[in-house]
Amino acid sequence: GKNEYDLLVIGGGSGGLACAKEAAQFGRKVAVLDYVEPSPQGTKWGLGGTCVNVGCIPKKLMHQAALLGSALKDAQHYGWNIAQPVHHSWSVMAQAVQNYVKSLNWGHRVQLQDKKVKYFNMKGSFSDLHTIRGLTKAGKETIVTAENIVIATGGRPKYPMQIAGALEYGITSDDLFWLKESPGKTLTPFVFNVSLECAGFLTGIGLDTTVMMRSIPLRGFDQQMASLVTEHMESYGTKFLKRCFPTKVEKLESNRLQVTWKNTDLGTEETESFDTVMWAVGRAPDTETLNLETVGVKTNSESGKIIVDASEATSVPHIYAVGDITEGRPELTPTAIAAGKLLAQRLFGQSSELMDYDNVPTTVFTPLEYGCVGLSEEAAVQCYGSDNIEVYHAYYKPLEFTVAERVATQCYIKMVCLRESEQRILGLHFIGPNAGEVIQGFGLGIKCGATYPQLMKTIGIHPTCAEEITKLHITKRSGLDAVVTGC
Amino acid sequence: QEAAKYEKKVMVLDFVTPTPLGNSWGLGGTCVNVGCIPKKLMHQAALLGQALQDSRKFGWQFTEEVKHNWMTMTESVQNYIGSLNWGYRVALREKKVTYENAYGEFVGPHTVKATNKRGVEKLYTAERFLIATGERPRYLGIPGDKEYCISSDDLFSLPYCPRKTLVVGASYVALECAGFLAGLGLDVTVMVRSILLRGFDQDMANKIGEYMEEHGINFIREFVPIKVEQIEEGTPGRLKVTAKSTKGNEIIEGEYNTVLLAIGRDACTRKIGLDKVGVKINEKTGKIPVNDEEQTNVPYIYAVGDILQDKLELTPVAIQAGRLLVQRLYAGATSKCDYVNVPTTVFTPLEYGACGYSEETAVEKFGEENIEVYHSHFWPLEWTVPSRDNNKCYAKIICNIQDNERVIGFHVLGPNAGEVTQGFAAAIKCGVTKGQLDSTIGIHPVCAEV
Repeated sequence: GKNEYDLLVIGGGSGGLACAKEAAQFGRKVAVLDYVEPSPQGTKWGLGGTCVNVGCIPKKLMHQAALLGSALKDAQHYGWNIAQPVHHSWSVMAQAVQNYVKSLNWGHRVQLQDKKVKYFNMKGSFSDLHTIRGLTKAGKETIVTAENIVIATGGRPKYPMQIAGALEYGITSDDLFWLKESPGKTLTPFVFNVSLECAGFLTGIGLDTTVMMRSIPLRGFDQQMASLVTEHMESYGTKFLKRCFPTKVEKLESNRLQVTWKNTDLGTEETESFDTVMWAVGRAPDTETLNLETVGVKTNSESGKIIVDASEATSVPHIYAVGDITEGRPELTPTAIAAGKLLAQRLFGQSSELMDYDNVPTTVFTPLEYGCVGLSEEAAVQCYGSDNIEVYHAYYKPLEFTVAERVATQCYIKMVCLRESEQRILGLHFIGPNAGEVIQGFGLGIKCGATYPQLMKTIGIHPTCAEEITKLHITKRSGLDAVVTGC
Repeated sequence: QEAAKYEKKVMVLDFVTPTPLGNSWGLGGTCVNVGCIPKKLMHQAALLGQALQDSRKFGWQFTEEVKHNWMTMTESVQNYIGSLNWGYRVALREKKVTYENAYGEFVGPHTVKATNKRGVEKLYTAERFLIATGERPRYLGIPGDKEYCISSDDLFSLPYCPRKTLVVGASYVALECAGFLAGLGLDVTVMVRSILLRGFDQDMANKIGEYMEEHGINFIREFVPIKVEQIEEGTPGRLKVTAKSTKGNEIIEGEYNTVLLAIGRDACTRKIGLDKVGVKINEKTGKIPVNDEEQTNVPYIYAVGDILQDKLELTPVAIQAGRLLVQRLYAGATSKCDYVNVPTTVFTPLEYGACGYSEETAVEKFGEENIEVYHSHFWPLEWTVPSRDNNKCYAKIICNIQDNERVIGFHVLGPNAGEVTQGFAAAIKCGVTKGQLDSTIGIHPVCAEV
């Protein structure tokens, strides 16, 4: 018989919602299934996916809370008289953030309604090629059929199951943003940007925070930039336990948690107690309960992610996938949204434009932010050879830090270019305040094939941090001092 | 500094004629002493005041009453400026550039007379000369202006809080100063003769004005002051300002502690002996016309910066022009300063970054049917929790339909507008089109992704 819907999207997150809403614009019959399996600690949330509920949004807001803490300190240098002591209330912040997130959940539901997209709060799984079985929390079943299906179920934080007590006593980012009470003295083992960002803002709001890392921070990112970021965090007050990994977590009588770990440098075993242990060991794709084998959608055996081609199609022609669930794609909201929209435009809007995953700009919202676009220095060297690239760099001091008497040791910019005559820019890296705002426009320039000479012809806006990028002229090769002096 | 790199014998003459109220400063020019630098720092102080309010919504708890101390801020700012003055003197010395704190004026071909503070005169000759004397604030020419009013030349080192202030003017200087003074908690009124931010995109200018009004700054529009009288002496004293309508005979009076004039700047070209060497200036504006290599009508005399006719009055432009000029003169380079698509930012309470054409200029140049304007309001994530100013921030790009929808104008109103605009300016220099803009992924969540 005829399929009920033209498009069924499983997963109401960044990618899924963008795809569904775009398809609806073309007058198609669209449905979205969204369901949140509670975390092991019992946390759950509404429509919108990871970004809205337990990702970018609450993270940036809490990061902002921490930045405002620094602003309070700066303000005194600028003449503002604030009586000490100054306290931070987790519950005031958390409630404000959670209320805002809930307003977004509501906003998404209203939008779907406005665009006449049918929304099911159900967990979906494949019954056959065009049929999805949806299950509500109460166990009620609904069958939905569709011509085209998009899987956008995203991922969830992993637990290090090999560590005793990890599951029972630890939390993840899924829980952190919904805590009603302060997490207190916190340990975040392993180091993806999530854990650094969280450790950063927890430190900023005054909590005793420790990051534990086995090897390198921010794997996959430019390592020189990554170490500047962590160096800053150390001077900011975050404790680092380097070259260590946890072996067990136990609960004490006081209800605190005792963590035991191995220090690989010293070969010793150490323990300490914390109020909270937040795991950030990576995310696993949410595919287990989808029943993909029934319909033959292939996944990567190692990562579990769904394999797609350049048009977001899976191994089954009418089944597509976008977002964090797809293999080889950046785990970012804007790419998921763009991919979802373009997919809908190709399916229903006569477009043939494919998603361009190259040169996607991104920002790590650590206390001193790190924005980047393009290749890391090591990737450029690997790709072209160190003789064929030129790296321009500078240490600068944001004007606002001067009166505030803030140290700017890690405020640093690096631009990796091809060495040949045109000097096309391969990668741009910026550490400093408002890194995201700075990098965005340059990301656009790089998409246009910007070269070093073109950037140098661009006049700077004064006084900003971003203008330092247009003034880069010291190369690493020259060995000259790269500290910016004077106006 | 650039010329010294090429082992040329270089001398710099710098002298600051005190303001009518007796204010002076060190080496570095307007930007460092009475422009960009102190302005941005005081703007930052005002932004921090707002941050304090926001922080309560993010869970920070401290006493309700928070006051601002003008002296603490001004002292910090002046200390920083002092370090820059010092830094410049050291840099010149290290680069073996001779520096004299003396007033220079031409007395004959290839000859300059330098007069220092004590009146001692010296003569110097050089193969080439560069005039970069910049500008100073204009006065109204009404009774009481020089005696009782201050300008931006005085504001940043004012040794007392200005309190209730009347800002006269609608330039970016006027609006930026009014903005941060209000942000520090002062009672501020802006008196505007006609439009805001002449020369800027008027759509954006009006939004800036609206935002300022909604945030407690009073605007008196279509009036000009005709006299300023002192009611009481003091630091600050009390002044009475009488103003006349530009549209009729209505007269109004107001009482203020401080009157800040920001009605424009005049080039410092009238008293430097240009007539003695035959350098032509625009008699009306005082500005010096130059060719595209910054050369005046006298071949061995060049000019850069704010005194140039028909060029932008911006520090980075002056720096770039100066550097490139020297590279052409002494290093065989051929690059000329590119004055097109120079990005700029107005640091009003709601910051405004722009690059390229304003909407009205684009319409005038290309015709309304040949341009497309894409626009959007946005709400910075950081303003959601404190429930601040929903839908005030705004961005628009102007595209040339006939040229592959090339982006010819970029305008953004929102926090960190300068940081946002810089990269887009680079992209515009690369000829970015709307299509390329659309296919660029946004960084999330930031304002710039809009």
